[in-house]
Amino acid sequence: MQKSNVDIRSLQIGFGGLKVLENLNLNVEASEFLVLLGPSGCGKSTLLNAIAGLIDVRGGEIHIGGRDVTWAEPKDRGIAMVFQSYALYPRMSVRRNMSFGLSVAGTPRDEIERRVGEAARMLQLNSLLDRRPSELSGGQRQRVAIGRALVRHAGVYLFDEPLSNLDAQLRAELRVEIKRLHARLGATMIYVTHDQIEALTLADRIAVMQGGVIQQLDTPKKIYREPVNRFVASFVGSPAMNFIPGRIARDGETGFIAGANRLGLNGYAFRGLPTDAPAVLGIRPEHIELTASDDPSAVSARVEMVEPMGADTLIWCRLADNTAFSFRHDADAQVCVGDTLNVRFPAEALSLFDEISGQRL
Amino acid sequence: MTAAAQPLPAARRSKRMTPARWGLYAFIFITALYFLLPLYVMVVTSLKPMAEIRQGNLLALPVAPSIDAWVKAWTSACTGLTCQGIKIGFLNSLRIMVPSVVISILVGSLTGYALSLWRVRGGNILFGTMMVVAFIPYQVFIYPLVRVFSFTGLGQSLLTIVIIHTIFGLPTMTLLFRNYFASLPVELFKAARVDGAGFYQIYARIMMPMATPMIVVAVILQTTGIWNDFILGLVFAGRDNLPMTVQLNNIVNSTQGERAYNVDMAATLLTALLPLVVYFGSGRWFVRGIAAGAVKG
Repeated sequence: MQKSNVDIRSLQIGFGGLKVLENLNLNVEASEFLVLLGPSGCGKSTLLNAIAGLIDVRGGEIHIGGRDVTWAEPKDRGIAMVFQSYALYPRMSVRRNMSFGLSVAGTPRDEIERRVGEAARMLQLNSLLDRRPSELSGGQRQRVAIGRALVRHAGVYLFDEPLSNLDAQLRAELRVEIKRLHARLGATMIYVTHDQIEALTLADRIAVMQGGVIQQLDTPKKIYREPVNRFVASFVGSPAMNFIPGRIARDGETGFIAGANRLGLNGYAFRGLPTDAPAVLGIRPEHIELTASDDPSAVSARVEMVEPMGADTLIWCRLADNTAFSFRHDADAQVCVGDTLNVRFPAEALSLFDEISGQRL
Repeated sequence: MTAAAQPLPAARRSKRMTPARWGLYAFIFITALYFLLPLYVMVVTSLKPMAEIRQGNLLALPVAPSIDAWVKAWTSACTGLTCQGIKIGFLNSLRIMVPSVVISILVGSLTGYALSLWRVRGGNILFGTMMVVAFIPYQVFIYPLVRVFSFTGLGQSLLTIVIIHTIFGLPTMTLLFRNYFASLPVELFKAARVDGAGFYQIYARIMMPMATPMIVVAVILQTTGIWNDFILGLVFAGRDNLPMTVQLNNIVNSTQGERAYNVDMAATLLTALLPLVVYFGSGRWFVRGIAAGAVKG
């Protein structure tokens, strides 16, 4: 099975007067698992459909496995695709669903049999081969759809929100299955989702998209720890990152002023030279630490609400100037509503954003 | 939670007859009677010998019921100059209907499929035009079409009438199938394209097997429409292929001497038989959701 890279060069896509993608560049390496993440309408599915050849492009080029396939038919691109609605052929058995593409392509019968058998074994579909799609559960249907993609031995596998129609538990199960599949096949996979957990768990790299533009393309860790702008910071992570408005002050040691509090920024890696300017401080709930009241960097906050989440507890607090934030603590925290806590915002875990442009400072 | 001490009586719909309910049933009964009475008269009359009919008791049951009139209508009633009954017309209608139904559904579904799933250049204009033309009374087209067919040398023939029915069925069939295919999840079509199926393969192997409910609807519409057609058959089928409706008219209107009401009634019922059978036979298929399982179920 060959593994193709995908190279997208200044791609333009539009419908009528609407520009969906403009001058988009993206390079997916062979064997990479790339996730396109973004809210609905950000152009991620459009991009995937363009790679598949299911919509026409206005400009730019798409190369798969070193071949220019910008104007090639979907079947000639060396791709396979899994859809959100499964898109199984309702009048065919599971076996026929999986073998349809191969028989259309005129693959010899024993080769079809071998490949279907192989995919069925991999996805535990052996006992379901003679059923109709209507006789399967949602999870089974999506496994069949993945099997139908696998038998094509494609260079690139495209997934269009494959788990969005499933309930939470099945989604988690199938997510692991897809990850295992990628580890086993080492195939190139491009995966569209709006679920940031799926993106973080599956991806080698994530491309976070908004408004038809890739905001950030990086490893899940980098995306999570060092979001390049406020959009990425707020879209990735659950519970969401806290944002505290204030300003950067350079009176001697650089610090962040939020109301009556001053946070030291010693240890924060600024991208450029910090200037005195309004800014927004972002910090993830799990990076806020409890500390003693005599800690010079301590900030006192009043507990407003406690949300036990099983493994840990989310504590909602308010600062003296009424700024709200949440932080994560062990499940056995003895915290009650109305308590006053002393917390610390470690500078190395912070993200600072320009107030106007939203870009990381 | 406490153990269920006493099972509560299940709530039941009141079966009491209120005056409003009586009124409703009375209305339904009278309406049914209104529509059934003519049918009753026809059936009863067709089973009476002429002697009984002459007595004028329209609603009376036949004293000596016989199927002589039915036999005569089928085998020996005179349709103009020939006296071979209406069975000639029945066979003609079948020969017109079967190819017309099959071809018009094939052409209409293919057009609807192309217009719904593929981006055809000017497809919307074509479809719009077709819908507008469908509302023009077809009497307008008859004379020009007669000229066209005589010019091409086809004149009046079986082929002509089949082509005519296909053309006049096209807008409805296209609309029917276009809307049905447009309602299917478009991802099915995309999946088939990724699988490498071409235009006709997707049509024949994916879309048409899913369109069973629409095919049934189309068969019913076209069968009854073409079977009941009078003027197109009269104008385009030619003398040897006149459909049953035209033959029926000949039987009823060209009697000499005493009017054989019983034969007329029997011939009419025979002509109406096929659409009736189609309606009763296909009702079950109407309600079946064949697309189940294509999308999240």
